[in-house]
Amino acid sequence: MTTTDWPLWEVFVRSRRGLSHTHAGSLHAPDAEMALRNARDLYTRRGEGISLWVVPATAITASSPDEKDPFFEPAADKPYRHPTFYEIPEGVQHL
Amino acid sequence: MTATVPATTAALALGDDALVLSHRLAEWAGHAPVLEEEVALANIALDLLGQARVLLSLCGDEDELAYLREERAFRNLQLAEQPNGDFAHTIARQLYFSTYQHLLYAELAAGEGPFAPLAGKAVKETAYHRDHAEQWTLRLGDGTEESRERMLTALTALWRYTGEMFQPVAGLDADMALLETRWLESVTAVLTRAGLPLPEGPRTGAWSAGAGRQGLHTESFGRMLAEMQHLHRSHPGATW
Repeated sequence: MTTTDWPLWEVFVRSRRGLSHTHAGSLHAPDAEMALRNARDLYTRRGEGISLWVVPATAITASSPDEKDPFFEPAADKPYRHPTFYEIPEGVQHL
Repeated sequence: MTATVPATTAALALGDDALVLSHRLAEWAGHAPVLEEEVALANIALDLLGQARVLLSLCGDEDELAYLREERAFRNLQLAEQPNGDFAHTIARQLYFSTYQHLLYAELAAGEGPFAPLAGKAVKETAYHRDHAEQWTLRLGDGTEESRERMLTALTALWRYTGEMFQPVAGLDADMALLETRWLESVTAVLTRAGLPLPEGPRTGAWSAGAGRQGLHTESFGRMLAEMQHLHRSHPGATW
């Protein structure tokens, strides 16, 4: 395949009503309309979805691997943040 | 399901259109300009193959019909068998054919003839094929100087094959004259939006082409059939 100047798009697929759109992958396309069609052909041909989003990859701001520790490490040692210290009263269902 | 003789004639014509164009589009596999477009063309080819299987099964054994018939026994439009050429040629062929096929299937789906169930399903597929061809026609026509030139060359080269689509076919319950009017309106509208002129030259009579429905085909078709059929003919009845 030859390289193109086409921008990269990130594809999000909603598999059914009530669920969120989930990242499915990426593709190249000359514009948003073609990106949507390419996404349909690449990611929904086996009944995977009922709705599609395409987003220019350049519009996404991502956290950096260098910031992994200050971003995510402090969450690891605070078990009191997790709702695990409750006694569940007898008779409570559906919890 | 048994079909009457005229219905079989029509099923063979529509089935061969789908089969032959499907094979042409599948030839892009490994050669398309970009990966995304290769998948798009393959998807369209697979839609057409599905239609061909249903239609040819109405006429007999689908494998025998696809792999063991000689060139003169095929009833597809000459447009469908035209070589891929450059990408613009493929898109021009898609624009002409998918517009025709979508309009035809929409009419068949609305009727009560033997093809209504198939057409009802296929009309959604062909709507997408038509949209794909229109999107690309707009972009090539309104793109660079080179893309416009190539699209114009392709549209003009294939123009003479478009009259054949509207010849009456026995067993096909469709108003071909109305279909042709709608087809011309639609193609004109797309080309106008793309900034391209409607090709000149005859579409019927004169030096226009078209006797595919009678079994007469163009030079490249024999080579295409040889490639499509050689495996089945070399190993009859092979399975995996």
